[in-house]
Amino acid sequence: MSAVAFTGTSVMDIDAAKIRGAGSNVHFDKVSVAYGAHVVLHPLTLDIAPGEILAMIGPSGSGKTTALRAVAGFVRPASGRIRIGAADVTDLPPYERGLGMVVQNYALFPHMRVEDNVAFGLRAQGADKALIGERVKEALATVGMATFARRYPRELSGGQQQRVAIARALAVRPRVLLLDEPLSALDAQIRRNMVEEIARLHRSLPGLTILYVTHDQTEALTLADKIAIMRDGRVCSHGPTTELYRRPPNRFTAEFLGRANLLPVTVAEPAGSKGFATARHRDAVLTGAGRDEKAGDRSLLCIRPQHLSLTADSEHTNRIVGTLREVHWQGELTHLVLDVDGTPVRVSATKLPVALPEPGAEVPLFFAPADTSLLPEDAGG
Amino acid sequence: MAEAVALCAPAIRREPGKFWIVPPAALLALLFFYPLALIARQAFLDDSGVANAAEIIRVLHSRFFLNALINTVTISVTATAGCLIVGLVLALILAFVPFPGSGFIARLIDTFIALPTFLVTLAFTFLYGSAGMLNSGLMEAFSLPLPPVDFLYSTWGVVLAEVTVYTPFILRPLLAAFSLVDRGQIEAASVHGARPFRIVRQVILPAAIPALIAGGSLCLLLTVNEFGIVLFIGAKGVITLPLLIYGKAIQESAYQVACVIAVVNIALSLGLFGLYRFAAGRLGV
Repeated sequence: MSAVAFTGTSVMDIDAAKIRGAGSNVHFDKVSVAYGAHVVLHPLTLDIAPGEILAMIGPSGSGKTTALRAVAGFVRPASGRIRIGAADVTDLPPYERGLGMVVQNYALFPHMRVEDNVAFGLRAQGADKALIGERVKEALATVGMATFARRYPRELSGGQQQRVAIARALAVRPRVLLLDEPLSALDAQIRRNMVEEIARLHRSLPGLTILYVTHDQTEALTLADKIAIMRDGRVCSHGPTTELYRRPPNRFTAEFLGRANLLPVTVAEPAGSKGFATARHRDAVLTGAGRDEKAGDRSLLCIRPQHLSLTADSEHTNRIVGTLREVHWQGELTHLVLDVDGTPVRVSATKLPVALPEPGAEVPLFFAPADTSLLPEDAGG
Repeated sequence: MAEAVALCAPAIRREPGKFWIVPPAALLALLFFYPLALIARQAFLDDSGVANAAEIIRVLHSRFFLNALINTVTISVTATAGCLIVGLVLALILAFVPFPGSGFIARLIDTFIALPTFLVTLAFTFLYGSAGMLNSGLMEAFSLPLPPVDFLYSTWGVVLAEVTVYTPFILRPLLAAFSLVDRGQIEAASVHGARPFRIVRQVILPAAIPALIAGGSLCLLLTVNEFGIVLFIGAKGVITLPLLIYGKAIQESAYQVACVIAVVNIALSLGLFGLYRFAAGRLGV
């Protein structure tokens, strides 16, 4: 399965501009969804720019799939409007919204061959035979499934079925592609390959706007231009992927998006024009990217495990000391768990000193101010 | 030598409980196969007990038999088609159109299976009969001298009653099949541009074909053998095979004729049942 890759050589490249021209931005304008008295999506205002991949991530029941289903037209908002391009689609049925969708269980039509599955949307839209043939070929070539056109879905592996589902969605030249946990049913290895291939696919279709719902932070980090983190029916943070990862605005985001060490600190000196604040953790004076903290505020210092080092250098100027509790060797990485004044601190290291300290030993940890950020102690957390 | 013989002797294997087949087989033979065999035997013997094959040929070529056969096939095929259409529409509504109380309605329709078939006919008499509610209302409203609705005492009355009685036999397997249709497929079809009718035609129906075939075959089997409804309606000229057997055996005491027709009826039923089992087996119902 992994040997077959998206070719990215399709004429769909040509259509990227057409998709963009049709208006492929998505705008949620105070969209809320409720089932009776139970509100599952609180008023949501969010923009997805044309050609952007927005990943909505969050735990189960956070409202991310509801938001996607509202765009698809399967859930009617209790309030607010949804616009795709210039058109208000809130009251349109799903078949008039010009979307493509891929879901977790592929949802291929089992009684149709692969080519008929891919042609389904085009036939439904009344496209002529020649165009259907052309588009089916292109879509299958795009996902590397051209040689499987005459097979039935039951004759394909999970990964291949998901490629066909993607081809089916692409064949209709959607304005927006909705991906609802598309890789959840695949095993880890195939999932990793598929993530890379979806990224490659999007590079070949730069005008295609994608709303990608997942609970897998790795998929979101790999694919998304922007991420919206959902919690309890609300967006608790939204922003460019790297920004959100490097400078999480709240504790939930820091902990949900990758692993994070959160050290309680007291702000000593607020961030100035350079954007760096200093804070105290016990006797240690630490520097990290600040926001609008004031001197004396209680705050959390966020450091990712891979940014902690056991050795000092000119960049790693922050220093804390912890007691080594556990060492887990995992081949490429070694995970250390330390106790820093009662706060567990995890370190993911690719290189370790030749003489690794024994558990119970006092170990200094070093990290760079650029890899450190302050975040409010309570908000969102 | 004795050792060699002992080694070559086949081991006697006792299959525990193999004699348990005897009581049910005996019971079946006594209650089912023996009476059937008597009917088949009687078909070849005249009333004085003498073999009479010419009577079989005469009956099979008679106008009354052919009319009854045509009536039986016409009514059962039409009623089955009606059951399939009504059952499909009802099942689609109950399964895919969300409304409060759909489960209750489905269970209510199920209860029809428990009722005797002629009861619906009796109810139809009150509704559509000459002195029924519909005709009385129309006669009163339009000052008509005669009842204007007169379909009940015809083939159509029988078909309507059979459709009413046997639709649940289609509905049940269809609802079971629809509950297994992946909602993701319907949503994918819809989001890619398919309108509801296309979704029903190209996504839902293919998934329901086994249930339709199984339900339809069962319906056909039951309507071929339907007796109570046809008798109760008493439509003029609407004689089916079961009704003809009843008439010949009970009213005319023509037992050989009745048995010849019964053998044809049994063959027809077993043929349909065989088809049903074949379809069900092939489609995994």
